Amino acid sequence: MKKLIALLLALALTLTVCAALAEEPVVLKIAHIGPTTGAAALYGLATQHGAEIAVDEINAAGGKYQIELITEDDEHNVEKVINAYNAALDAGAQMILGSTTSKPCEAAGAQGYVDRVFFLTPSASSTAVIEDKDNVFQVCFTDPNQGSASAQYIAEHKLGTKIAVIYNNADVYSTGIRDTFVEKAAEMGLEIVSEETFTDETTDFTVQVGKAQEAGAEIVFLPMYYTPASLILKTASDKNYKPIFFGVDGMDGILSVEGFDTSLAEGVMLLTPFVATSEDERVKSFVAKYQEKFNETPIQFAADAYDGIYILLAAAEKAGITAEMAPEEACDLLIAAMKEIQVDGLTGSMTWDESGAVTKTPMAATIVNGVYVFED
Amino acid sequence: MTKAKRKRLIYNLVTYALVIAAYIILQNMIGAKTISRSLKGLLVPICAWIIMAVSLNLVIGFSGELSLGHAGFMSIGAYTGAIISGWLLAAFDMQDPTLRLVLAIAGGGIVAGIFGVLIGIPVLRLRGDYLAIVTLAFGEIIRNLVNVLYVGTADGQLHFAFLNKKLPADVTMLVDGAKGAVKIKPISTFTVGFVLVMITLIVVLNLVNSRAGRAIQATRDNRIAAESMGVSVTKYKMMAFVTAAVLAGMAGALYGLNSSTVVPTQFTFNQSINVLVFVVLGGLGNVLGSVISATFLTVLPEVLREFADYRMLVYAVVLILVMIFTNNPLIRSVFGRAVAPVKGLFRGKKNSVSGGEA
Amino acid sequence: MIFLDHLINGLSLGSIYAIIALGYTMVYGIAKMLNFAHGDVIMIGAYIAFCGLQYWGIPPVLAILLAMVFCTLLGVTIEGFAYRPLRQATSLAVLITAIGMSYLLQNIALMIWGANPKSFPTTFINGSNIRIGQLNISSATLITIVANIVIMVTLTLFTSKAKLGKAMRCVSEDRGAAELMGINVNRTISLTFAIGSALAAVAGVLLCSSYPILQPTTGSMPGIKAFTAAVFGGIGSIPGAMLGGILLGVIEIFGKAYISTELGDAIVFAVLIIVLLVKPAGLLGKPMREKV
Repeated sequence: MKKLIALLLALALTLTVCAALAEEPVVLKIAHIGPTTGAAALYGLATQHGAEIAVDEINAAGGKYQIELITEDDEHNVEKVINAYNAALDAGAQMILGSTTSKPCEAAGAQGYVDRVFFLTPSASSTAVIEDKDNVFQVCFTDPNQGSASAQYIAEHKLGTKIAVIYNNADVYSTGIRDTFVEKAAEMGLEIVSEETFTDETTDFTVQVGKAQEAGAEIVFLPMYYTPASLILKTASDKNYKPIFFGVDGMDGILSVEGFDTSLAEGVMLLTPFVATSEDERVKSFVAKYQEKFNETPIQFAADAYDGIYILLAAAEKAGITAEMAPEEACDLLIAAMKEIQVDGLTGSMTWDESGAVTKTPMAATIVNGVYVFED
Repeated sequence: MTKAKRKRLIYNLVTYALVIAAYIILQNMIGAKTISRSLKGLLVPICAWIIMAVSLNLVIGFSGELSLGHAGFMSIGAYTGAIISGWLLAAFDMQDPTLRLVLAIAGGGIVAGIFGVLIGIPVLRLRGDYLAIVTLAFGEIIRNLVNVLYVGTADGQLHFAFLNKKLPADVTMLVDGAKGAVKIKPISTFTVGFVLVMITLIVVLNLVNSRAGRAIQATRDNRIAAESMGVSVTKYKMMAFVTAAVLAGMAGALYGLNSSTVVPTQFTFNQSINVLVFVVLGGLGNVLGSVISATFLTVLPEVLREFADYRMLVYAVVLILVMIFTNNPLIRSVFGRAVAPVKGLFRGKKNSVSGGEA
Repeated sequence: MIFLDHLINGLSLGSIYAIIALGYTMVYGIAKMLNFAHGDVIMIGAYIAFCGLQYWGIPPVLAILLAMVFCTLLGVTIEGFAYRPLRQATSLAVLITAIGMSYLLQNIALMIWGANPKSFPTTFINGSNIRIGQLNISSATLITIVANIVIMVTLTLFTSKAKLGKAMRCVSEDRGAAELMGINVNRTISLTFAIGSALAAVAGVLLCSSYPILQPTTGSMPGIKAFTAAVFGGIGSIPGAMLGGILLGVIEIFGKAYISTELGDAIVFAVLIIVLLVKPAGLLGKPMREKV
């Protein structure tokens, strides 16, 4: 009798376990790759943190999918990113959210193309990232897209005709936007009166700003991230030079730099898909969670990566990815799914085509009294 | 055979044997698919860094000159290799990857060697820290120039442009300014890397043990004495410097063709410093030491990945502690007694370098 | 007018290089080592001053003093823990340790202050730009140049008149003889590190007042440039570091302004190479003696 009861109990136990297993959510293994140390750590940490917020939300909601986030550091280095990528796959990653920066993403994406591994990059925006590779998709705009959109906006809104460009000639993002901006500007009848460069190590911008001033530029186009941009604004203010400064999405974040005198950025215009001070409910909630967890205001990179996790989730759902699927198996399914999904994220409503480039609308914003004001 | 000669022979044989053994073991692991992805991906870079370290050791350890611009030669090799490989493919439709790789490596070595001569002539007139800073300056200049270099290929011709992208419209870009060398077909293999390491070892060890090598070391140990014995100091220093440049160029080509893209920012001053760390940690003038430390320090940051955000912190601490432990006389004597029997076998030429004669 | 504008910008940038170069040159002269971590001490100093101004709201002068005290302690600690055990080692071994220290400081800063750049508050010296005709001189520029001159004069007086300063020169000349004369070499070297690090804090504040972006890598490039400046002027020489720093700054600005911004750094280094070929010991360096 005792044996029978034990047997029945065991049976019941097994059944419960089986039932529980049946409802067990699918755990997706996503690897975030980005520079979390070194000079570009700022961007890599932003995307990693943004992704963590999204993963926390998804796991807490307890839906069909749970996400295990693997994080690997690539030091913004073309050699190390391959190591990071290999380490991620060794750790069992099924798909990659990364890499954060363009050149490493280009290198790792090419390796992934050979190995058949799916990449969704939150923020690597050069065309080379997606060119000749069907496995890489972007959350952010490609650089040429931004360059021509900026020139078009300036011409259409008649902001001025004499334009100075200052760009980072050691940076793919900056040169990429500059190239198409100059091309489009010529087409739209805008005159480039001065063009000056700098590199990642530059701290002194007096010459670049001085030349723009000397050439009488009404608009200074700044295709760059906000760190050098803040130095340029400071230099211009020291020189009492007040043109319209026109930035791109890398400019977002300038208002949340700790200690930054926001009056320097008064009147700066930029095209961007995301601003942290937006009144949108989802943006507000994201910013609040981010500030609570990391004690910082998220920049656009963080929002891109946050969206990236939700995009991967949507694509995985569409493609029916399971926990056991190898990356090679998941890759083609995800590629097919990407072309069919539409995701409404913090950075807009997004769809994708064959090339891997995203379609979404940038918004033009002007900084007034230390906050962004959107144009219609 | 004298005792010293025999000792040297044993040292050289041990060096070759260890490298060959490592190659055979790793090849077997690749064959049996028991190797992790991470390790497999590291093999070619390790080969490139070993060559960089051994060649820099030739300059610092044997010739006694501190060079801080070694990454500059590597970048010349990497760019030349990428251009040659891309050109051969586009213009001559040369499909055989190994042949392309070998030609690219040879080309990388030659061009880096030419630059080695051009830079060596002024640089080797200086000594000590002044020489160091000038090599640093050349490294930075090379990086700055490569940053504004545009190369494309069309109709079997190579087109070059400098500062602005004035190339014919229908070219296939090979080098695109700040975007670096683009669309490289990765063709480097571990076997070619291994062969290159062996060539480097043979060249360096033979050079060191030759008449020229003894002259080079004599100028390091006492320049004035060597000069008064009729040794042409500049000639021999030049020989070491150019050989190192050629080897670094070859390593650069191997390294560059292992990736789909190469950017100028990969070859900064910091990269030269990294190679210097390999050399000093492995022991000045100790070729086997360079091989081991280049391998160890390339693998170390990867092993430390589990420390996540703390890994570069841990790396820095390890580096400082290792330097203190291997260089403090007190700690060293305690440690030295413990491992003396093993160490005697591997010890190469002993330290002494002119970090500054002031 | 444009020329004068560039000249003043060059002097301002050069003055910052000069103050950093002083730290390199003093340590080199006495400890015979290239302290690669010097640039990172600057960064730490700037962060401390930033915290003082931004978080604790203390007056600027106090914040700068706090940064100086902290950096002095940091410099002496680094010297005591990492460099002193290597006093007998080759200069290269010390160099590598210094590089390790540089990585360590950068990563510690990354850990404490995060990767996001901070904008150094400059309002405390702003608002009083001086205008002479069209010429516009920012107060940060002025303060930098004045501070530079004050530091240079003080240091020269200190090394030539004060007893401790004389001891420093003595150690730099011949360490063995100095020891025999009863000079405490270790203490003298510590003192050098203390002064050099305190200067680094000042340099950090000045650097960030002119170029107000602060991140863990802020110190590296100015550090390398200043090191170049020190060699340029003749390493080990205090007036040399001053001259080298200022010339380097002026050449950098003029090269960018009149030749090309794309080749700015290449021009600086090319000039350096030419100078060293003509004067192999730097502008004011002592020619190397050879002991036969």
